This record gives sequence, C-alpha cells and structure tokens, in this order.
Amino acid sequence: MNKKVNDFSITVGTKNGSGSSTANNTILRSIFKMGIPVSGKNLFPSNIQGLPTWYTIRVNKDGFIARQETNDIVIAMNPDSFARDLASVSPGGAFFHADDIKQDITRADITAYPMPIKATVRNDPNIPNDYRDLVGNMVYVGVLAQMIGIDLDKILAALTFHFKGKQKPIDMNFNALKAGAEWAKENLEKKDPFHLETMDKTDGLIMADGNTAAAIGSVFGGIQFAAWYPITPASSLAESLNDYLPMLRKREDGKHTYAVVQAEDELAALGMTVGAGWAGLRSMTSTSGPGLSLMTEFAGLAYYAEVPVVIWDVQRIGPSTGLPTRTSQGDLTFTHFIGHGDSHSITLLPGDVYECFEFGWKSFDIAERLQTPVFVLSDLDIGMNQWMSKPFQYPDTPMDRGKVLTEKDLEELKGNWGRYLDKDGDGIPYRTLPGNKHPMSAYFTRGTGHDENARYSEDAEVYLKNMERLKKKFQTAKKYLPKPILHKNSKATVGILSYGSTENAIFEAQHQLANEHGIQSEFMRVRAVPFTDEVTRLIEKYDQVFVVEMNRDGQMYQILLTEYPQFAAKFKSVAYQDGLPASAKWVREGILAKYEKQTKAAVKKTASKTKAVSKSKKEAAKKSTRKTAAVKSKTSAKSKKK
Amino acid sequence: MSQALPMAGAPANTNKAGLTKNDYRGNPTTLCQGCGHNSISNQIVAALFEMDIVPEDVMKFSGIGCSSKSPTYFLNRTFGFNSLHGRMPSIATGALFADIKMKGIGVSGDGDSASIGMGQFKHVMRRNVNMLYIVENNGVYGLTKGQFSATAEKGLHLKKQGENPYMPVDICMEALVSNASFVARSFAGNPKQVKELLKAAISHEGIAVLDIISPCVTFNNQENAFHSYAWGKDHEEPLHEISYIAPRNEIILEREMEEGEIREVAMHDGSTVILKNLEKGYDPTNRFEALRVMEEAQRNNWLVTGLLYINTAKPTLTSIYNLVDTPLNSLTETDLRPERSAIDKVNALMF
Repeated sequence: MNKKVNDFSITVGTKNGSGSSTANNTILRSIFKMGIPVSGKNLFPSNIQGLPTWYTIRVNKDGFIARQETNDIVIAMNPDSFARDLASVSPGGAFFHADDIKQDITRADITAYPMPIKATVRNDPNIPNDYRDLVGNMVYVGVLAQMIGIDLDKILAALTFHFKGKQKPIDMNFNALKAGAEWAKENLEKKDPFHLETMDKTDGLIMADGNTAAAIGSVFGGIQFAAWYPITPASSLAESLNDYLPMLRKREDGKHTYAVVQAEDELAALGMTVGAGWAGLRSMTSTSGPGLSLMTEFAGLAYYAEVPVVIWDVQRIGPSTGLPTRTSQGDLTFTHFIGHGDSHSITLLPGDVYECFEFGWKSFDIAERLQTPVFVLSDLDIGMNQWMSKPFQYPDTPMDRGKVLTEKDLEELKGNWGRYLDKDGDGIPYRTLPGNKHPMSAYFTRGTGHDENARYSEDAEVYLKNMERLKKKFQTAKKYLPKPILHKNSKATVGILSYGSTENAIFEAQHQLANEHGIQSEFMRVRAVPFTDEVTRLIEKYDQVFVVEMNRDGQMYQILLTEYPQFAAKFKSVAYQDGLPASAKWVREGILAKYEKQTKAAVKKTASKTKAVSKSKKEAAKKSTRKTAAVKSKTSAKSKKK
Repeated sequence: MSQALPMAGAPANTNKAGLTKNDYRGNPTTLCQGCGHNSISNQIVAALFEMDIVPEDVMKFSGIGCSSKSPTYFLNRTFGFNSLHGRMPSIATGALFADIKMKGIGVSGDGDSASIGMGQFKHVMRRNVNMLYIVENNGVYGLTKGQFSATAEKGLHLKKQGENPYMPVDICMEALVSNASFVARSFAGNPKQVKELLKAAISHEGIAVLDIISPCVTFNNQENAFHSYAWGKDHEEPLHEISYIAPRNEIILEREMEEGEIREVAMHDGSTVILKNLEKGYDPTNRFEALRVMEEAQRNNWLVTGLLYINTAKPTLTSIYNLVDTPLNSLTETDLRPERSAIDKVNALMF
C-alpha cells in the first residue's frame, strides 16, 4: 500500500459536551508542533450537551489547509452518529471506534480499529469517576498518535499548554493517552496508509483563534470601552478582552484605563458604545447577525451623527436565528447599507487570525479618523477555530485620534468652529469632546437634521449639503482602508475576487484549476469596502472575474455590480453556503460552472494564430502550470512564516 | 473671581462659578405654550445656576419625544446628545465613562421610558449610573398627536383614541423595584418643589429618578385626567417639604420649618437634604415603606410627591470599575497602547 504522508484529513465524531475539545485541540496542536501545516475546525451544534458534534482536522504538507470534504480517518465516539460516521470514511480510509459501541462494521473497503476507551479509563485507579468520560477522550488521542505517528513529546507540550502547566490534570490526561497508545501498539496492526512525519513548515508560527486575536489587537489599539451581549460565535471576543486587558494594561496604581460592560441586549450594547465613542473613548462592541439586526437603528444614528465606533460582527448563518453555530459570510450587504435612509458604512474584512489582530487596532484609527462606525466582518470559522498564524506584530503606526479640537485650538479659532463644517474639503469635520472646558466647545448631537453648527434644521439645502458631504467622506475613506492582498500570477487569464476566510480554499482550488483544467487565475482578497483602486485595476485586467463568497445570493457580487456597472458582464458569482467552512471543492466546481472557455483575449490569440493547438503544446502548457502551482503553494506556506 | 463672590443667599447676578443665569439658558422652546416641560427646563436652569455648577461639567441626554426635545431649551454650553427613542440610558451609560467627574442629566418622557425604553430604564437603575433621570410624564404621545402612553390611567378618554383599556405603569414604582437609589416625584405645577428635588437629585451620587407629572396642554389636560393641572393640583399629596442646602453654605431655610418630624439626608457631595415629614414617621431610606406608601397612593388615587426613596450607600456604576483619576477621554497613546515588549509576551501565550 502507498504511504500517504502529511496529506490527509481526520474527523472525530463525539457527543456535544463530552469534553472532546481538549482532546481534539491536543491533536491539532501536537501536529502543528511537529512542523506540519494543519487546521482544525469544530463543526458543532447549538446545544450544551448531547447532540452529535464533529471536529475535522486537515493535515497538508503543501499548506493546503482548507476544510476537506472527504474523511480519510474517522474516529467514532458517539453511538448516535456511528452509522453516519462509518459511512463518511473515504474508501481506503481508517475508522477508529469506541469498542463499547455495539454496532456492526458494514464496510470492507476501509480499515476498522476498535478502541477500548471505557476499559482503559476504568483500569486506571488515578482517574476519579467523574473524570472518566473526559479523560476517556485522551485514549483515542493515544491510539491515533500510535497509529499515525504523532510525537508524544509534542502531545505533552500541547497538554501542558492547555492545562497552563497544572501537573495533576496534565498527568491524568497524559497517562490515559499513553495507555491508549500502548494498547494500540500491542493490539492493532497498521493497515491504513496515513502517516505523519516531522517537517519544519510551522517554525515561527503561532496558533490562535480570531476572536482572541481581535481582542488582543483591540487592546493594542488602545480600547477604552466595550459593551456587548452574549451571542455565539462572538462571545469569546468580549470575554477575551476581559482576559487580556488586566494583563496588558496593568498599571502600578492598580487602576483601570478601560471598562467592559455586559449590556442587557444588543441595542444597549451599541448604545453604550456610541455614547462612549461620542464622548471620546475608543469604543467597540462585538456581536453576530441577530445582534446586528438589533443594533441597526443605533448604527444609523452613529453614521448620521458621525460617531466613531467599532462593531465586530463574527458572522453566523441567517436569516433569523439560522444555524447559530455555523459559519457564513452573509452580512456583507447588511453592514454595507446598514440603516434606513441613504447610508453607507465602512466594512473591514479580515481573512485570517492575523488580520483579526491587525484590524483589532487599525479599526479604531479608521473609526476616529473618519468619525463613523467601522464594521469588522469576521466569521465563526476564523473567530472560534484555532488557526496557524504569523506572530502578531506591534502596530507600525502611531494612534490616529482624528480631528479633535482642544481648548487651545478653540482659543485660536476664537470659538469659531462648526461641528459639521467641511473645513478641509475631505468631508471629515472637526469635533470636540465632553470635558472640553472652553465655553464654545459644546454642541448638541442629534439624529435629526442638522446644519454645519449642529443646530436643528429641516432646510432642504442644508440637508442636501450635509448628505453630499457624508458621501464625500465615504470616498475619502478609501485612503485610510486596508489595501487588498493580490496573489500575483503572470499567466492568469481570469481573476478571482474574494474576502474573509475563503482564502485557503481558493489557494487550493487555484492549484487544482491550473493543474487539472489548465485555468490560470490571479487572486485578489479584498479587505475593505468601499473598494480601493487596486480592486478596480484587477477588474479592468480580466474578462472574467469570479467573485467567491460564502452566502446564497452573492453579496460582494451585488456590491461590485453597483460600484462597477460598466464591468457588470465580467463578474461571475461563485456564491455558496451550507454552514460549513469553505472547501476547495466548492470553489473549484463553482468556478468551473461559470467559466467561459473563450475569453476575449483567447479569441484574439486564436484568431491571430493557427486554429488548432497541437497536442504537445497543450501538454507543455499543463506541465508548466503544475510547476508554478507547486512553487506557488510553497511560497504561500512560506509567506505565513515570519 | 472668587473674591467678588456674593454671600450665600444674597441676591446677585452671578453665582459662585462667576456665571449669570443666562449662561445656563438654552434656545427658545418650540414646545406648546403652557407645556409643563418648559417649566421644568426653567427649573433646571435655576437649579444648576443656584448650585454653581459649571455647564461644561455636565452632559445632557435625551431620547425621542416632546420631553426629549427639551435639553435644547436649557444649558446651551453643555454637551448634549439627543439619541433614539427609549435609548437615552445606554447613550448616557457609555458617555459618562469618558469623564466620571461630569454630571449626567437625562430627560425622557413616559413614552420614551415606560414603553419603548422600559428595558433600558430598568437596567440603568440596577447599574446605578451616576445621573439625574427626569421623566416628564404626561400620559400621552404628543409629537405623534395624542395617543395613549403606558402611564395613562385605565379608563381615560382621549378624543381620537377612545377609552384606554390598560393599566398604567408607575414610573416611581418601576424605578424602586429596579433598585434605583433615588426616587422622587413632583408636579410641574409646583415649580418650587421641582427645583428642590432637582437639586437633591443632582447632588445624589448614583441614579436619581425624578418623575414629574407634566400635563400636556394640547392632548391631555381634561380636568378628570390624572396628568392634568386641575387633577394634579387637587390630588397632590406631598410626602414632605424639602429644602436643599448647598454644601458650602450655611444652612438657611427658605422659610420657617413647620412643626413635625424632620429628617436630614446627607448627600455624597457634602450637601444635605432636609425632609419634613407630613406623614408621621415616613422614612425615605426605607424601601419597604416607600413601596407601601406608593401602593397606598395608587389605591386612593393620590399623587404622592416628594422624595420617596434614597440610598446613599450604593456604589455607582463607574465607581466599581476602579478607573484612573484622569478622565478616560483625555488619556493618550502612552496610557493606552501596551509597550512594545508586550507583543512578544502575547505571542508566547499563543502556543
């Protein structure tokens, strides 16, 4: 049998609430520490205890770590999902199952390994009764480690990290794990092809989830106020603020430079955030779709009254309550147009854990510079799963607090200023902050119509002028927003536009499209709306631009159509969502379904040359494609390193 | 300037802050003539002037409705935020973190607080946000032309609406059961009491709810209506006379105290509120008693006015956050961005 080294997927099926996350994270982290590119995704139900849940790990030496739709190795710990788990194993795959599940193995095309989970924990007198189920999960980690070659030292490192160095739980878990490994060594015969071998591809990388990264980024951005209301998958973002603020903003006098308030609902959460932002604090909230629906009225107020706030939306699937624990990119048009009346908001689009950190601090600069709400659209996949990442880097620019007038400024202006006056011609006015003691500093903020001096006005001219200025401000915004990331390909004949967490799936799909279908593509990942000029240039360059996103209706595609009506015919929407993280398969199939072979450029070329391309030429083209793809995948893995 | 200050109690054009009453005024009102809200705005101007509070040391807030328009009509030199319907409490909660030395004055109405904003109303109480929360209560929606509000009494007849079939919400009762630390009621037609209660409420550290029955002259001023001038005047049952004594002044009573039990309540800023009880033994620090009196009033159709409840021992929201002495909104990058070495520390924690 051919060995398959560092290129397979593992899926673990357990019961929700059985404590398997420690076990699964241990597998993920130890493979990461072996230097092998890896990803782990928790596919869990909206439930505290009892429903089936899965954890899927992708190991890939070339750095393709998007979710794979096939399961090479399946570990079945849950009787309720046993039949389904068994059916999900790819032909030639391996099936590890708890031997107390008395169900038939009905397949001959796979290798089945029984595991004595219960017997192993029962035999260990050091494991208290209450802990048996929890620690039992470590037995499957041990069996798997033995059978595919996970380094036990790395496992110990992962456990030590997980239990923050506490010896008792480390020992208890590691002993159960070793017992599983030893049992497997003596009782199981390796019949499947899957092996792990140490590499050096994760050197210098860290592993983190996006919500933690966003919180840490916000701390480095000088966050002063956060108000939030619990919602999956955003809760851990605000909770992480509470974890990291005391450590990173510790002062000698023991006093705090920040406040985090758990509000009574999302309306109040954004209300408090807007109040704080208005009064001059770096202020943010974090939520997900249903919470954002409740925040809509305040978002409109913040837009019109020009209050800087940062709003993280860790997206989950809607509409309505939807699938609360499944990932999505379904809120883009929502944040873009949020609010009644004419409004346009700034949306930042982090694509990975690192960018959650980076936009964590940058978003405050952008919000205060533009005096407007800034939405950051993460998603459940980035937010809650552990990702490999380049280490967080200290902010490379000083804080931008925007246009704020102090007492001294007002003295020089002799109090002659207007809150909504476009003095600089960029659409961004000046503001003063409560606490400014100059007698001319105060102004009255309102969601009703107002003139340049913030006075109530229903005058048609005044209204028009103000709305035009706001529109201008939205154009000015482009200057301050993160540029897109372009993954260049000089041979490309088509463009791909995407955003957010689909990047890994697209890298892999590009590779497959080039190798298997001869389609060379250039990929740009957009990181903000409104679009910057780089996006325009990519669209101009290609006749076909595939817009890849995880939603039903192609929301980025819709915005592109509106922004670039002259290029409407170029855009091909590759939109799909079923709640699972993006896979190369759906990206590839989606692009192939819309791909038009005869691009204009190709038509020109074929017209100038002979009609038929010789077979040998075609072969040569294919070969060179493969080479570039291999090089590309290497660089993409490398670029993640420091 | 302080040398030229007039003696306490002496008539003068300027107060101890060196400001005239004009420095506390707002724009001309656009509410109806005779609206109780205007009288309240005037008392806010008078109270702050007499308390020597600098307008720049205050933030004012409101929601949406007739009442919420009124912050435009006082304190022009004060930062103000006219927010969303029923959402004034959250805006104030966030804003007051920016500078905990500043006073918050919120103006809301019965529609704003007792209906759409009931949730925020209750939560701002339980958080004990350090602000004065005025409800200008008239039992109707004025701006939308006379619909019943949630504080309108059952059986009230209004021209277009017919008869109100629902039980009313009692602002003070709701505040009290939500653990508000200062609950008082007054009547716009009794400006002296309004002013004294305003002063006491502003001196209170924590949430101070002041429910002011403020008749709507246009939509709800029938003689038999609970929120009318005529009804209010006839049914007002003052719990006690109140005199507010500023902290720096000698205690000078505006008029001689009548006989009866006297109770002094010390405020956090050093000032004192003296309550002269009309009902024998009424103790405004006793929450149980306050609830009893309100229940009794409800059964007898009395409009109980005065300071119903006060608790000066409850910590305010911002005080439990142990914030730095400098106002948060004047901190700079040095205070807010962790030092460079912190990034390595963080990365080391990321496995």
